[in-house]
Amino acid sequence: MTDDDIYSKLATIFDDVFEYEGPLGPETVSADVDGWDSVGHIRLVLAAEEVFGVRFEPKEVVGLNNLGELVAAIRQKAG
Amino acid sequence: MEPIAHLGWLPPAPEDFAARAKALKAAEGDLSAELRALAGYRLDANQLQRLARIVEAARGREEVLAGMMPLKLGIISNATTDFVSPAIIGSGLRHGLAIEVVAGPYGQCMQEALDPGSMVNRAGCDVVLLAIDSRGYPLHSAPGDRDAGEAAIATALGQVEAMRAGLAAYCPTVIVQSLPALPETLLGSYDALLAGSETQAVAAFNTGLAERASSGMLLLDVAGLAARTGLDRWHDPAAWNVAKQPFAHSLIPAYAEHLARLLGALKGKSRKVLVLDLDNTVWSGVIGDDGLDGINIAQGDPVGEAHLALQAFALSLRDRGVVLAVSSKNTDEIARQVFREHPDMLLREEHIAVFQANWTDKASNLGGIAEALNLGLDSLVFVDDNPAERELIRQRLPQVAVPELPDSSAFYVRTVAAAGYFEAAGFSDEDRARSKFYEQNAKRVAVQAAAGGIDDYLASLAMTIRFAPFDERGRARIAQLINKSNQFNLTTRRYTEGEVAALGDDPAVVALQIRLEDVFGDNGMISTVIARVRGEEAEIDTWLMSCRVLGRRVEEAALAELARLLRARGVTRLIGIFRPSERNGIVVDHYRKLGFTLDSTDAAGEARWELDIASADFDFPDIFAHVLREDTYSQEAKA
Repeated sequence: MTDDDIYSKLATIFDDVFEYEGPLGPETVSADVDGWDSVGHIRLVLAAEEVFGVRFEPKEVVGLNNLGELVAAIRQKAG
Repeated sequence: MEPIAHLGWLPPAPEDFAARAKALKAAEGDLSAELRALAGYRLDANQLQRLARIVEAARGREEVLAGMMPLKLGIISNATTDFVSPAIIGSGLRHGLAIEVVAGPYGQCMQEALDPGSMVNRAGCDVVLLAIDSRGYPLHSAPGDRDAGEAAIATALGQVEAMRAGLAAYCPTVIVQSLPALPETLLGSYDALLAGSETQAVAAFNTGLAERASSGMLLLDVAGLAARTGLDRWHDPAAWNVAKQPFAHSLIPAYAEHLARLLGALKGKSRKVLVLDLDNTVWSGVIGDDGLDGINIAQGDPVGEAHLALQAFALSLRDRGVVLAVSSKNTDEIARQVFREHPDMLLREEHIAVFQANWTDKASNLGGIAEALNLGLDSLVFVDDNPAERELIRQRLPQVAVPELPDSSAFYVRTVAAAGYFEAAGFSDEDRARSKFYEQNAKRVAVQAAAGGIDDYLASLAMTIRFAPFDERGRARIAQLINKSNQFNLTTRRYTEGEVAALGDDPAVVALQIRLEDVFGDNGMISTVIARVRGEEAEIDTWLMSCRVLGRRVEEAALAELARLLRARGVTRLIGIFRPSERNGIVVDHYRKLGFTLDSTDAAGEARWELDIASADFDFPDIFAHVLREDTYSQEAKA
């Protein structure tokens, strides 16, 4: 799965979870998206798990600093 | 197929769900109808949150939710409510409620309930939910220490009482949650036997809660919900560790729906009428095409039993006060004939308050049913196997609840029950009086079983035995019995439906089909006997019986009836054949028990028994409450 594929699906996820339809990139951080707080972060990870068919360990869930790291984790897990 | 966990009775959300929800954000006026329509889909937590945001944005603009009943819900929890709250608001729309959630701070249960100045107590809530799981009560494990165990349970229940008392002055209704059983055991099965174990503590706490709930406190049966969806799945330690979410995220929509329907019941939003389609819903087949003998509701048939189960479920609902109605595209007389004449039908005309079988569209018919009952369309639930009819009603009459039905009729009951349309927040004296009757009846059966001998017990079953010749209606079931019965089967001879028909028409054959009803219901056709007449002698070609009625003295009754018929035709000697098979050992002494004498046994073990029926007495066992005969079975009557 290419990063473009991942970002394309993430756009839908960000709409579903945050109703956010703005730009997304590796540097996107929680402060950029309304609702991406600690609860929103868990919703985001849950949605990503479902859409990409992957599973995150608890320590991975709390350790992500920006969207690029999430995409890298998805790329690695989804193969 | 997991209708409870996946809200299987709701249609899947359409592709344009998000677009429709977005359109509502910009819309003006009363959006209740569209919100309710959107909430009527099978939504995940994010979709429910999308609807919740619309409700929250509408606060202060009453006209947006004019068609919804406002309800302020306080939540006191030892866990986070961040995930469930939006789902509760979204699910409330499904039940006509505009819910505002006031969530107390995380983990401050006693303080929130007892402090008059707490957020929840100051908010003026209509209902407060104590969303507390076993982590929130001091039900610590004390294996083997009965006193410590009982003290812990008393303390936990005391906390519930204290919270209720604290809330009472500020909120009229408190909902408590039962505790799901725990997924881990210490001693395995023995946990259930061990005083002081957490398993026992949780069970005792739930019992105590139920006793208190009956005196003015409502119960949300989370224990039941968790059990029904599966404890292994319900308990998610990662969800707790990461987010303090007390159960699996995937079950949030199911939890929120169960709470919302209870709140709906509290506000009088529960449905009152079950409207049933007939063809391929109440029975399998199309009565207009297949005829009375062609439709399938046979006991013992996998498809027939699925439809019978739906009938039984409808009758159970009727017993607790749900009104039954019929809406079917059929000729009235033909549809009614099934209710009047088909021996396997559980539903009868007198159970149906409004019977609409005609060729008018179903939307008009449902309108007519609501009118005839003087109830609103929002009281109706419409169950139809046909997706086109379901869609028509959803579009034309969105107030009517229309469950999706799975492809397999085996899951009809589960799905309709999972929808919880008839959720109750109480049970009236009138309902109870009816169920009292059944309770007393059941008790009588139990007492008689304990006090008297086996015949007293059998008599208490109030059995009705019904004899009939082979006929067209019973043919499929007769053939099925003949081809499936292995244990109580004297000769294990198999016959096709065609051969069964020929046997029924053969003047030299006396063939019986036997049905049995008792206090527990209709067992359907449970036995078949075929005897071939040769002058003054008759040989029992086939004798078989369903093992579920073993020990009911049905065999004696069958022999008495057979002998009566044969004697009328001048037969004096009855021959019984036992052909051993790998599986019919239980009937090796069948004929001996009935008084036959062994005549011969051949090398293959086939035994030939004889009975003089001219002189023998055949007392019909007097344990049957009713003996019914269709008098067309004798060949004399046929000719």
